[in-house]
Amino acid sequence: MTGLVGAIVEAWDELRIHKLRVLLSLVGVAVAVMAITGVTAAVQMLQQGYAEQADRGGGRQVTLQLNAWSQTAPGLGATAPDMGDEYARVLERYSITYASRDQWTTIAVRMPAGTEPVQMRAVDPDLATLYRIRTVSGRWFTDADSEAFAPQLVVNQTMLAELGVTDVASHPTVLLGTDTPVRATVIGVVPDDWTDVPPTAFLLYDQMTRWGLAGPDSAGQVPTLSLWVPADQVDGLKTAIRRDLSASLPGYQLDLYDNRDMYQSGLDDATKWIGIGVGTFALLLGGLGLVNISLVTVRHRIREIGIRRSFGATSARVFFGVLMESVVATVVAGFVGVALAVAILKAIPVDALFGGYGLQDVPPFPLSAALIGMAAATAVGALAGLIPAEVAVRVKVIDAIRY
Amino acid sequence: MSMLELTDVTRSVVLPDDRTLHILRGVTLSVDAGEHVSVVGRSGTGKSTLLNILGLLDSPSSGDYLLEGVPVQRLSNRARTRRRGRDFGFVFQQFNLLPERTALENVAAPLLYATGRQFWRRRSIAAQMLDRVGLGDRLDARPERLSGGEQQRIAIARALVRRPRVILADEPTGALDVETGSEVMDLLDEVAAETGAALVTITHDLAVAARAQRHYRLADGVLVGIHLATGAEGADWVGDVPTHRAATHTHLAASVPAASAPIAAVPAATAPIPSDAVRTPGTGPATELGA
Repeated sequence: MTGLVGAIVEAWDELRIHKLRVLLSLVGVAVAVMAITGVTAAVQMLQQGYAEQADRGGGRQVTLQLNAWSQTAPGLGATAPDMGDEYARVLERYSITYASRDQWTTIAVRMPAGTEPVQMRAVDPDLATLYRIRTVSGRWFTDADSEAFAPQLVVNQTMLAELGVTDVASHPTVLLGTDTPVRATVIGVVPDDWTDVPPTAFLLYDQMTRWGLAGPDSAGQVPTLSLWVPADQVDGLKTAIRRDLSASLPGYQLDLYDNRDMYQSGLDDATKWIGIGVGTFALLLGGLGLVNISLVTVRHRIREIGIRRSFGATSARVFFGVLMESVVATVVAGFVGVALAVAILKAIPVDALFGGYGLQDVPPFPLSAALIGMAAATAVGALAGLIPAEVAVRVKVIDAIRY
Repeated sequence: MSMLELTDVTRSVVLPDDRTLHILRGVTLSVDAGEHVSVVGRSGTGKSTLLNILGLLDSPSSGDYLLEGVPVQRLSNRARTRRRGRDFGFVFQQFNLLPERTALENVAAPLLYATGRQFWRRRSIAAQMLDRVGLGDRLDARPERLSGGEQQRIAIARALVRRPRVILADEPTGALDVETGSEVMDLLDEVAAETGAALVTITHDLAVAARAQRHYRLADGVLVGIHLATGAEGADWVGDVPTHRAATHTHLAASVPAASAPIAAVPAATAPIPSDAVRTPGTGPATELGA
């Protein structure tokens, strides 16, 4: 115990006394550790960014999408079965927390420039969770909104602009439909998905059906049901849900898809390993510099090593002491490198990187990245310390004292 | 049983041109606990090699070395190193203090290799030792800013901080002026006496050597017991003792004058020994041999 503590104390004293040398030799190591840690953390952050982007397009992992198609071609104007109760039973039976009906329809909207057909998406409030939908102003739907007296809309930025409104805080309204128009309140705004996107809006499915707002293009269609299910239960749930709903929808073909294959990280493993590889190479270069300086230092310290041997320092202790100097130094450098990486990553404008969406679930600085950085620093310290330690042990005590 | 006991010890090395250099030839010496023994000799006569062998820094080529009755040849390297740290304290001519460390850190350095209380309380123990050698107010001073005498005091404190049983001093006053050297030797004698440690001094200064209870001369690798006499002119060689156990002159140490006598006063081992000057132990009081 005292041997280990003594070696660490000795190593720390040596570093403390030769601060400048240590500082110069460790700049490379600290920068390299920062690179490795930073790349590892950035990759994880980017992966989270891409994952959230994928979630916005195809739903969270794993989202099931249930579509029902009439096999008898009911034609325009036909009435689709009300699946509200059937869907509710499925959700309750399988304890599914997040689900949403989802149906595109075209509704006439009275814009300042005249009535215009607008693509609207009739959904349930949970859709925002499933597809990571965030409002840039105002708010998204809540469960209570289904009971609201007037229908509510969440519009995209283009539509808000076409309405001539700048702020939803003023509770702007808009008329939907042509023959018997309904006044809807705009409660929130979502970002445009791309430039020159046409005006679109969300409204609650229940309100669409209550007010009869569905356009003729969606007549007879059964709304898609999106369900967020645990990844390990996908196959079993697909079978069970298909079986349960087949009975409720005679004459309909049921298609049940999951989005497991849709998720592809834009930053695959190869990219990640290239980043880590470059960092490792930099670390090795830093380590080589450390070896050089350590060797020169040991040469300068031969007399001191001899004196310590006269105090009773064993070969093992001398070896361990010199090795520890290198390890303690690189661990300190690693800590500095990790701290720098954290500071830099915290300063990165994530919103700008992900096209205005930012990250909904900003991952904390990954512990694994910090551990990788510290482990790499320790390993380099140990490797860089081996040769000087061996040189130190080979020093003959008598020659060293007279050196 | 002697603390240290060398019997017919030789040390030789093979030179690059394959010749063998005999540094020590049949050295026989024993040192008891608490004893002060001095070895004089010219440069290159093997004094330091003898000290290195005694301090387990080097090994004899042949012969026996018993450390408290235990043959050191039987000790593993690790055991030798541990005994060196525990039982021996070294004082070097050039002080050999650790550069850029404070006086306190220098004195505490040997305790880094100790265990238990000595390790954990190394700073307070070192501070006490520095106080004992009169440097209690210079704990944080760096050696390069201290005088030679003060540096040697630190070296003495460092040599004694683990309470060694043997202090090996290699030319302890070699880098000091006469007065400072005398003060340092006074201190070394005092603290060695306090701790009961044996003190082996290697020197070319007869005045320093004369402080010891027994004196030896090393010439061409041969160790010979000698009588040293001191007077107003300083210490002087009187004659060789034909056994490894030199006559004791404990009273001489007190009468050594400040002025030091050069080793040149000591004739080579091959010089004829004045028969009338030689005394074997017990043949008469040492004062009779004095000037």
